[in-house]
Amino acid sequence: MTTVTELAVNGTRRQVAADPARSLLSVLRDDLDLTGCKYGCGEGRCGACTVLVDGKAVRSCTTLVGACTSKQITTIEGLERDGKLHPLQEAFLNVGAMQCGYCTTGMIMSGVALLAKSNAPTVADVAQSMDGNICRCGTYTRIIQAIRQAADAMKGGGK
Amino acid sequence: MSHVHESDSLAFEIEPERYELFEAPRYQFDFDRREFLQALGGGLLVFLLVDDAMAQPPQGRRRGGAGGGPQDIGAWLHISEKGDVTVYTGKTEVGQNIRTSLSQAVAEELRLPLSLVHMVMADTDRVPYDGGTVGSQTSPSMAPRLRRAAAAARAMLVELAAEKAGVERNSLTVADGKVSHRGSGRSYTFGELTQGKKMTKAVGADAAVTPAADWKVLGASASKVEGRAMVTGQHKYASDIQLPGMLFGKVLRPERLNATLASADVKEAKAQPGVIVVHDGGFVGIAAPTEHAAEQALTLIRAEWNASPQISEKELFAALKTSRGAAPAGFGGRGNSSQGSVTEGLKKADHKLNATYTIAYIAHAPLEPRAAVAQWHDGKLTVWTGTQRPFGVRGDLARAFQMPENRVRVIVPDTGSGYGGKHTNEAAIEAARLAKAAGKPVKLVWTREEEFTYAYFRPAGVIDVNAGVRNDGIITAWDLQNYNSGGSAIRGLYEIANQQTQFHQSRAPLRQGSYRALAATANHFARESHMDDLAHAVGMDPLEFRLKNLKDARLRAVLEAAAKQIGWGKSKNGHSFGIAGGFEKRSYVATCAEIVHERDSGQVRIVRLATAFECGTILNPDHLKNQVEGAVVMGLGGALFEAIRFSNGQITNARFSRYRVPRFSDVPELETVLLNRPDLPSEGAGETPIVAVAPAIGNAIFKATGARLRSLPMLPNGLKV
Repeated sequence: MTTVTELAVNGTRRQVAADPARSLLSVLRDDLDLTGCKYGCGEGRCGACTVLVDGKAVRSCTTLVGACTSKQITTIEGLERDGKLHPLQEAFLNVGAMQCGYCTTGMIMSGVALLAKSNAPTVADVAQSMDGNICRCGTYTRIIQAIRQAADAMKGGGK
Repeated sequence: MSHVHESDSLAFEIEPERYELFEAPRYQFDFDRREFLQALGGGLLVFLLVDDAMAQPPQGRRRGGAGGGPQDIGAWLHISEKGDVTVYTGKTEVGQNIRTSLSQAVAEELRLPLSLVHMVMADTDRVPYDGGTVGSQTSPSMAPRLRRAAAAARAMLVELAAEKAGVERNSLTVADGKVSHRGSGRSYTFGELTQGKKMTKAVGADAAVTPAADWKVLGASASKVEGRAMVTGQHKYASDIQLPGMLFGKVLRPERLNATLASADVKEAKAQPGVIVVHDGGFVGIAAPTEHAAEQALTLIRAEWNASPQISEKELFAALKTSRGAAPAGFGGRGNSSQGSVTEGLKKADHKLNATYTIAYIAHAPLEPRAAVAQWHDGKLTVWTGTQRPFGVRGDLARAFQMPENRVRVIVPDTGSGYGGKHTNEAAIEAARLAKAAGKPVKLVWTREEEFTYAYFRPAGVIDVNAGVRNDGIITAWDLQNYNSGGSAIRGLYEIANQQTQFHQSRAPLRQGSYRALAATANHFARESHMDDLAHAVGMDPLEFRLKNLKDARLRAVLEAAAKQIGWGKSKNGHSFGIAGGFEKRSYVATCAEIVHERDSGQVRIVRLATAFECGTILNPDHLKNQVEGAVVMGLGGALFEAIRFSNGQITNARFSRYRVPRFSDVPELETVLLNRPDLPSEGAGETPIVAVAPAIGNAIFKATGARLRSLPMLPNGLKV
C-alpha cells in the first residue's frame, strides 16, 4: 500500500507521510499533534478515540489511516468556530460533566454524531447510543444531561 | 458519640493493604528549591509550615504516606510584583477536582475572583514535597493549609495598604482583588501593594482563617478550573506531551508474569531503520520514530523466558486462607481489635451465623493508561507522567538510575484518573531507560493489555464472619477475620460488647496494592451483608436492626437520610429494597438500592440507588455530588461483574472486551443526599462513597429472591438470579 500523504482534517488539507497500516488515531495524535482524541483500549471498545469521518462517529484506533484518504475527518479541535464552543462543549461545562476529563473528547464527538441524527433524544436513547463510550470516573448521568441540554439548545436555532 | 477528628494533627497510618508503598522504602530529602524560589522574584512569598505529627513516623517504621516532610513546609503562595497570585502544592489532580476546590480555598481567603488564582500542582521542581494524593487527605489537610497561607498573605497586603495609605488596618477591607479604605474610598490592587517589595513570611497551624459561615466562594459550587481546556481537547495529559525529536517506546513482555529473561536475539529488530534497542539485564525495550514501528520491531525479537507454574483463579481463595505472606515493613496490627469475649457472646445468642465472603481481584482500569515522556538533558532527567505520587516516582527514578533526587524532575499534568492505581509508575522508568540510550526524548504509553496485566490490583480476599444475635435484636458477638484483602474499616461502628477483628497477611499470587477505599469495600460488603442476615434471623427490619445496635450519630444520620430518600418502608409492587452504611476516612455513607427481580427470566434490574454522604464542611457541593455519584457508579462494577481472571501467570481478560466495567446502560437512577456539617472539619470524599453500594444491592437481591450472594462480584455471569 502507498504512503498516505494528505488528509482532510477539520476542513483543512494536512500533509503527512504515514504508513497506511497505521491507525488514524496515531497519525492524528503523533503526526498532526491533534491530541484531543485519546488512546484508551486499542480495540474500539472504549470510545476515547472517537472522531467523525464523513460525519459518522468512528473509533479511530481501529481505523486504518489508509482508508481515510478521501474522507472528511472532524476532530474535537474542529468543533470550536471563531472562539465559540459547540453547544455540546458548552453543555459539558455548564453541567460539570467531567471528572478527570480523559473520556470527554470522545464523549463529545460521539454526542455530536448522535445529535446530528436525533434532536430530542430521551435519556434511554442517549444511554443506548453512547454505550460504546466508557467513563471510568462514572460521570454518565451528567453526560446524558449535557447531551440533552445541547439538543435543546440546538433546537432553538444553535449550531 | 460521634467521631470528631482534628484533621491536621491526625497520625496518618499506612494501611497494610497499600502494598505498593512497601515495595521500596522512600525517605525524605533536603529542601533544595532555593534556586526556584529565588527565580520567583519580588512580591510576597508565604510559606505554610506543617505540624510535625504527620512528618515523623513512629520509631522504626518506614514512611510513605501524606506528610509535610522533615523540612515542614506544606505549601507556598506567591504574589508577584504585578499582583499575580500563584499557589504551589504537591497534590495531583486526577479527576477529583481538587484543583478547583483548592483554588476556591485560596480565592476565598484572598477575596479574589477564582479565575485569578493560578495553581501549580505536582511539579517536583517547583512545589513543596508531598507524600502523595492518597487517603482522601487533600480536603482535610491541604485545603486548610492553603487557606492559612492565603489568609496570611491577605494580612500582609492589608499591612502594606495601611502603611501606604497611612491608615489603621481595621479601616481596610479586602474584596474582589483589592484592598480598600472605607473612609476615603481609596483602593489598591494587589500589584500596587507588592510592587517593589520582597517579603516572605512563614505561617503555622495557628493562622486565622475565615469561618465556613462567612464563606462566599468556598463552600459554593464553582465550575471546574481547566474545564474549557478539556472540552476543547487542548489539555495535554502526560500521554499527549510531544517534544522535538521524540521517539516512541515499547517494552518486551514475557508470556507469563514473573518470568525471567533467559535470552533475547535483537539483531533483526536493531536492523530496522531508526530503531534503538536496549537490552539491559531483564529489560528489553525499543524506541522508534513511530509507535507502529516500535510495535513492529518488537515482534522481531526472539526471546526465551523461564516461567514457573503459578496458580489459577480457581485456587485463589484457598491459597489466600492457607498461605502466610511476609508482613510488609511497617505493618503493625492495623485491623486487629478485640473487646469482651466472642465465645461468651456466642453463648448468649439466640441465633448464630457463620459465613464466608470472597472478594475477587479487580483492576483500576483508568481510562488514561500509565504513560510517561522522559527527557535527559545535561545529566538531568525530566519525566512527565500521570501519578498520584510525584515525589514517590521521583524517588523511584532516582533509585533506578542511581542519581540524586535533585537531578530528577517529575511533572504531573492533570491526569486521566488513577483511583489509587498510579502510585508507582513503571512506565516512567521504562521511558527514561529508553531515552537514556536513545539520547532523545521517549514517550511510552502502556497498552490496555499492559495496564490490565502489569499494574497492581485491588487485593482479593476471603472474609469469615461469625456472629450471634439475641431475639430482641441485640448483637451479642462478632468475629471478623480478613485474609489478604486488608484492614481498612475492618471494625465497624456498631456497639457490640464482644467483638474481634483480625487481618491476616497472605502470600498473594498477583501483584496488589491501593485501590479506591482500600479494603473498606470488602469489609463493608461482608459486614453489611452479615448484618442484614442477622436482621432477617430475628425478623427485624434491616434499618431498625442497624439503628438498634448503633449509637454513632453521624452514621445514624446518613442511614436515615438514605432510607428516607429511597422511600424505605413504603411498599412498591414488585420492587425490593436494600440498605447498607459505613464509615471510612472520617466520612460517612449509606446507600439504599431499589431493584426489580423478574421471576420468570431471573433478570435483576437496579432501578435506583440513593446515597447519603457526610464529610463535615462541604467545600464544593456540585463537585462533591459528582464524586459521590462517580464512586457509586464505579462501585457497581466491583459489586456486580468485575473480576480479574488469571491462569498460570496470565491475565486472561486483559482488555475491555473481556473485563466488563460499568457503562451507560448499567447506571440506574442516582439520587444523592449531601449532609453538610459546617461545624465539623472538612474530610475527603474521594473514596468512602464507594463502600456501601455492593451490600445495598446484595441486600435488595436477598429481599427479592431469598438468595444471599456472598462473593464480589455478585453476578459475574449476567444480572440473573
